Amino acid sequence: MELLLPEFGLVIFQSIAFLLLMFLLAKFAWKPVLAAIKEREQSIDEALNKAELAKQEMTRLTAQNEELMKSARAERDLILKEAKTLKDNIVNEAKLSAQTEGAKLIEKAKIEIENQKKAALAELKNQVSTLSLDIAERVLRNQLQDKATQQDLVANLLKDVELN
Amino acid sequence: MDCSHVFEFKVKRLIVVFTLFLAFFSVTPAAFAQVDTAQVTEDSHAQPEAKEKFDIGKFALHHIADSHSWHVIGHTYIDLPVILYTKAGFVNFSSADFNHDDEGKVVVERNGQRFVKMHEKIYYASDAANEHGQFLSLDEKHHASNARPLDLSITKNVCTLILSIIILLVVFINVANGYKKRVGKSPKGLQSWMEPIILFVRDDIAKPNLGHKYERFMPYLLTVFFFIWFNNMLGLIPFLPGGANLTGNIAVTMILAIATFCLTVFNGNKYYWKHIFMPDVPWWMYIVMVPVELFGIFTKPIALMIRLFANITAGHILVLSLICLVFVFNSLYIAPVSIAFAVFIGAIELLVAFIQAFIFTILSALFIGMAIEEHH
Repeated sequence: MELLLPEFGLVIFQSIAFLLLMFLLAKFAWKPVLAAIKEREQSIDEALNKAELAKQEMTRLTAQNEELMKSARAERDLILKEAKTLKDNIVNEAKLSAQTEGAKLIEKAKIEIENQKKAALAELKNQVSTLSLDIAERVLRNQLQDKATQQDLVANLLKDVELN
Repeated sequence: MDCSHVFEFKVKRLIVVFTLFLAFFSVTPAAFAQVDTAQVTEDSHAQPEAKEKFDIGKFALHHIADSHSWHVIGHTYIDLPVILYTKAGFVNFSSADFNHDDEGKVVVERNGQRFVKMHEKIYYASDAANEHGQFLSLDEKHHASNARPLDLSITKNVCTLILSIIILLVVFINVANGYKKRVGKSPKGLQSWMEPIILFVRDDIAKPNLGHKYERFMPYLLTVFFFIWFNNMLGLIPFLPGGANLTGNIAVTMILAIATFCLTVFNGNKYYWKHIFMPDVPWWMYIVMVPVELFGIFTKPIALMIRLFANITAGHILVLSLICLVFVFNSLYIAPVSIAFAVFIGAIELLVAFIQAFIFTILSALFIGMAIEEHH
């Protein structure tokens, strides 16, 4: 079969042409094309990686913020709680001291009142005795103007004394 | 989501390409048929004994074979130069000197040597013509037994070869310039047509078969893939710039297969050779295994050569035979049927053009990959 027999001329031309084509394409087409595709793929990969990293960073930052917020809130709660206890303590203390002070004052006032009462009673007694002595003096002065009555009186007194 | 969008885009493009080629086919067979009618009638005038029977085989084989002149239309031919290396050095003349004779009847005399052309082969002419007027001595099978000079003519196939190389260079240098112009940007124009295919060769052919060492073989694989594909497509165009059966020519596929063979043999590592000469079988099996393995080195590229040649040639013969139905039935009414079938086969051939390029490339990658594979 003639079809199956390679023609020498075409074999030569094909070998030369194919080698030349491969050389030219390799140098002027495949090398820059493949390099460019690879470069572009790398840059895309890089960009994707960077995006992934940025995403991770974002998540990390968000988490950190959350954490910060949480701790800040806890701290605030703690401070508030402390302040409340402090306030309660102060109020309680104040109440207590006010009570004792009040009690003390009342006590003092009571003693003072007692003292004043006593003084007033003593004064009253003095006044009463002075007044009664005065009255007695004046009564006696009136009655002892005559001798008979004086005698009677002394006699009565003596009588009484003897009775005691 | 983005990926599916891109894919759809590609599919649309493929559809456009297919439609364009289908358009070629639906228009051209008619012209093709007319031309051939003219030729056939001319032939029948010349040879009255062949009038009653139209030989499809002869016709088809004539069309898929190489030729010293390029048929344009009707009686118009482009006469290609004939370059011969003879006993007396180089001889060159125009194929027009043969007067489009292909039966060895016209003798061309140059440098004191006489040449005749029969079935597109050039022979040293015999001194006297035989009873049919041919200056050849024919054996009983009508094969010329004359000596032949070394034929280095620029034939139709050589022209197509040069044309395809120019197309490939223009297309891919253009593509490469696109990458230089738009560094790091998305592809545009021709670049975006070719990039998916280049990536296909890289990611689906080279990487799976060659592993991490794929980069070294990329230039070969890409060149061989696009060379075969472009030439398959050029062969499908029935009129002037195409029409030659380059990738269906055994010389061309042989050189391509030899290239793969050389790459396999010269890149084979010690594991590859050990597998051939010292396979892991009992020593007495070597008597069978080593010859089989050695034989395998050669059968692989030979299979590559035959596969591409046979597929493309078969496609051409099929289309030609369908067109020839018109002449076999000798009726114009059969034309719609044969054109419809030719269009159908043409569409399949378009697919085959790609598939054969793919198969040749992936098998080359596979063979090279087997030779460079590292074992642990």
